[in-house]
Amino acid sequence: MATKLPRKDVVVIGLGWAGSIIANELTDEGLDVVAIERGPWRDTARDFNIATAADELRYNQRQELMVRPAQSAITTRNNASQTALPMRNWGSFHPGNGTGGAGNHWAGITFRFGPDDFRLKSYLTEKYGAAAMPEELTLQDWGTDWAEMEPYYASFDRLAGISGKAGNLNGVLQEGGNPFEGPRSEEYPTKPMKQPYGPTLFAEAARKLGYKPFPVPSALLSEAYTNPLGVTMGPCTFCGFCTNYGCANYSKASAITTVLPALVRKSNFTAVTNSEVLRVTLDRSGTRATGVVYVDSSGQEWEQPADLVVVSAFTFENVRLMLLSGVGKPYDPVSNTGTTGRNYCYQTANGVQLFFDDKNFNSFIGGGAVGMGIDEFNNDNFDHSGLGFFGGGSIRVTPIGAAPIASRPTPPGTPRWGSKWKSETQKAYLSTMSIGCEASSYATRGNYLSLDPTYTDRLGRPLLRVTFDFLENDLKMAQFCTSKVGEIARAMGPRQIVERPMKGHWNSAPYQSSHVVGGFVMGTDPTTSSVNKYLQTWDVPNLFVVGASAFPQNPGYNPTGTAAALAFKAADAIRNLYLKAPGALVPA
Amino acid sequence: MRKLALLTLALVGGLTGTAFAGDQSDFVTVERGRYLAVLGDCAACHTAPGGKPFAGGVPIETPFGRLVGANITPDRETGIGGWSLDEFQRAMSEGVAKGGYHLYGAMPYTAYTKVTAADNAALFAYLKTLDPVHNEVETNQLPFPFNIRLSLFGWNLLNFTKGEYVPDPRQNAEWNRGAYIVEGLAHCGTCHTPKNVMGGDKAGEALRGNVVDGWLAPDITGHAHQGIGKWTTDEFVAYMKDGANRYDIASGPMAEVVEKSSSQWTDADLKAVATYLKSLDGSPAAPPAPLAAADPRMVAGRAIYEDRCSGCHVGQGEGITGLFPKLAAAPLVNNADATSLIRVVLAGSRAGATDARPTGPSMPAFAWNLKDEDVANLLTYVRNSWGNAAPPVKAEAVHELRGEMQP
Repeated sequence: MATKLPRKDVVVIGLGWAGSIIANELTDEGLDVVAIERGPWRDTARDFNIATAADELRYNQRQELMVRPAQSAITTRNNASQTALPMRNWGSFHPGNGTGGAGNHWAGITFRFGPDDFRLKSYLTEKYGAAAMPEELTLQDWGTDWAEMEPYYASFDRLAGISGKAGNLNGVLQEGGNPFEGPRSEEYPTKPMKQPYGPTLFAEAARKLGYKPFPVPSALLSEAYTNPLGVTMGPCTFCGFCTNYGCANYSKASAITTVLPALVRKSNFTAVTNSEVLRVTLDRSGTRATGVVYVDSSGQEWEQPADLVVVSAFTFENVRLMLLSGVGKPYDPVSNTGTTGRNYCYQTANGVQLFFDDKNFNSFIGGGAVGMGIDEFNNDNFDHSGLGFFGGGSIRVTPIGAAPIASRPTPPGTPRWGSKWKSETQKAYLSTMSIGCEASSYATRGNYLSLDPTYTDRLGRPLLRVTFDFLENDLKMAQFCTSKVGEIARAMGPRQIVERPMKGHWNSAPYQSSHVVGGFVMGTDPTTSSVNKYLQTWDVPNLFVVGASAFPQNPGYNPTGTAAALAFKAADAIRNLYLKAPGALVPA
Repeated sequence: MRKLALLTLALVGGLTGTAFAGDQSDFVTVERGRYLAVLGDCAACHTAPGGKPFAGGVPIETPFGRLVGANITPDRETGIGGWSLDEFQRAMSEGVAKGGYHLYGAMPYTAYTKVTAADNAALFAYLKTLDPVHNEVETNQLPFPFNIRLSLFGWNLLNFTKGEYVPDPRQNAEWNRGAYIVEGLAHCGTCHTPKNVMGGDKAGEALRGNVVDGWLAPDITGHAHQGIGKWTTDEFVAYMKDGANRYDIASGPMAEVVEKSSSQWTDADLKAVATYLKSLDGSPAAPPAPLAAADPRMVAGRAIYEDRCSGCHVGQGEGITGLFPKLAAAPLVNNADATSLIRVVLAGSRAGATDARPTGPSMPAFAWNLKDEDVANLLTYVRNSWGNAAPPVKAEAVHELRGEMQP
């Protein structure tokens, strides 16, 4: 039986990027906010000390920053005819844990989505005609647009101090930036990162081929920066222990390096850590959230009543909590009805590896978002007429730092062990680089999230089940884009290249991307979306569900910048619309 | 009932006050007293972490043994509820408590004697408004013979000059206000002035730096090399108010002073303190010449610096404002005494956090992977590079502090 706690104005679930941003905005509004986080409190000074942070075994191999599967696992299958099995080690994706969430161990690549992405279905239909749309796609518009989103992207850029070079300032193209990006209202807060040799070589080759390379927008900062909350960050040292690690140098933007130091000083903010929310509680009518029930590390259950509930956990947990709380109707792929779990999408990871004889890339130098990219083959930046697919990818060279256990590049045909493997490793370690293509993942009827009928967590609650496989559309896109990457690779003059477009079925074992999106999507129609454009649930007006779970499909960009912008968007709507007139902000 | 009791107490306090020093329950007086309590950082010794305000219980380790901050809430039995203003005034100005016994110098009456009677009355009026907390504190936990308070009579003869602050007519009002704060309530000299063998202030060396509890409370005179002579008034104000300026970030005991006290001082008072401190002559000894870059200790230290330190403090010791302290031309680095530097390299340190600068960055500990000689060479290099010049650090000094810091 849960012990009832005193009422709060707001309860926030999860203290990653989205939850921390919203808690900060709502405490600024004077509301009394309690945030509940299933993992520990994390702090740069204590947890990411520079003397211990660069530990590949601990962080990369043993995945210390990710949620333990024993606490919260996922079951997976490729299609409805299969029986899903639980993941007992994280592979394909890396859900985070603790304050800062996955934002501690992220790479830091901070793209904005393109203006057309927010009305993708309408845009593609208008341009290519309804008949050109592959039948398997269930694309949707977001119910918002670039003009609405841009100020929130700018807010996030300022909060995180993002480093980069604008390609489009208020509609005027800028030399050296990404010419395909939507018009920005302001330049990046900090200058672009310096570039190591690999990205520099790639950019030269791309430029010769007529493309327009630009520095990848980076949440690893190029210079010292103090954000609007007064929190200071330092310049990235290119230490190479970045993706899957916490940053010891206060250089990688995360909730713990940009928001929480200011947030914890506020008397109207409380964080409850190592406590997992079991469900959002609803009143009898099912149209009003009354709070949440959570369990602490001693197994004690607590009921936290609140006037406003904000669910801002990782995509998987957002959707699972909604299914467990009975918010929205579970999606059913057979009847194509229901919304909770609908439009689950991923990211299509492709790459080309380049082996040189005469180059030294000093591959240990790097960072998750250090690099150069091109956008000519992303989204609809190229003509898709007659190609038989839609979508594309962000092509870039981002050397994350070749740590010694995981990074052992060898050409195809090399034995996996023994003296030959050792000598090939020695030859290839410094002289190998790769070009990545992080590509779109579009929605289809059979890819969705639901509660697993068999497997439960330690508390007896069903695990979340992922039913996902790559679409024909996305595999064709992968083939096309990777061949374009191959052309650039060949122009760089390596001894050998290996093209690796995504092929076949989704496999949950090898790491691909933590960019899991959708399942509780935003839109204009309550029959095909779960939240309105303010991230407010259609059925329960005092319940907001925020994060990449709201993306109806995933473009060829990293999602964090957009998830964070949506957090600012939701907070703004609560502050300036909902508090003035509590109720549905968009009529259903 | 509790509320009523409080009200009665407040009334009694008010009436008592009226008899002695005008309207002490007046809002303006109480508010002034509250500010004076912040200025004096009374909470540092009288409010235990997580405890009720001013209910005492903070242990203060002295070279002679342990003293504990008293309960100064208006509780009649365990606090100062039964004290009169005169008795309070006597404690502040003479170090003699109600009942006639001598206070130890950890209660810095040697500084508080400078506080005006009017300020003491305001402070007393404020303390009388607090919630009375029943909390028995054994303040004197010193070993024999130091626990004999009679010995303080002789100590006072040698180390204590009684008397309110007398403004210096040759100086302007701002300077005099600064001197009044520094020498009086803020009791800066308690930590920053070198001490004689009895723990009294060394004559003629005010605020030239002193080691307390394994930290150097550095030279805060106007000395250009190792004091704050190079800091502008604005830089001093930023340090005290926000906890950081372009040279340094408050850390260790000073972080607590900033968080609990100086971040809440008025700008006018901070400027006055800057004016006064910057006017003080530091040590007359000339700064040493820097060691040659080719000195083997410098060569070894440089290699360690580049490998372990330059990632944050950057190549030429410039640091990152508000995050990683500047080492080049930083007064603390140039102090003759290197205790704080050795300490932070061995044990690490966490900077204070304020609303203006909430980051609270940290220095990692290197005790586990740098030998005594490595730490000594590293600091010798830092103290003699980029315009710095200070005596080399000996491995023995590192060894000694390492031993002292073992739990």
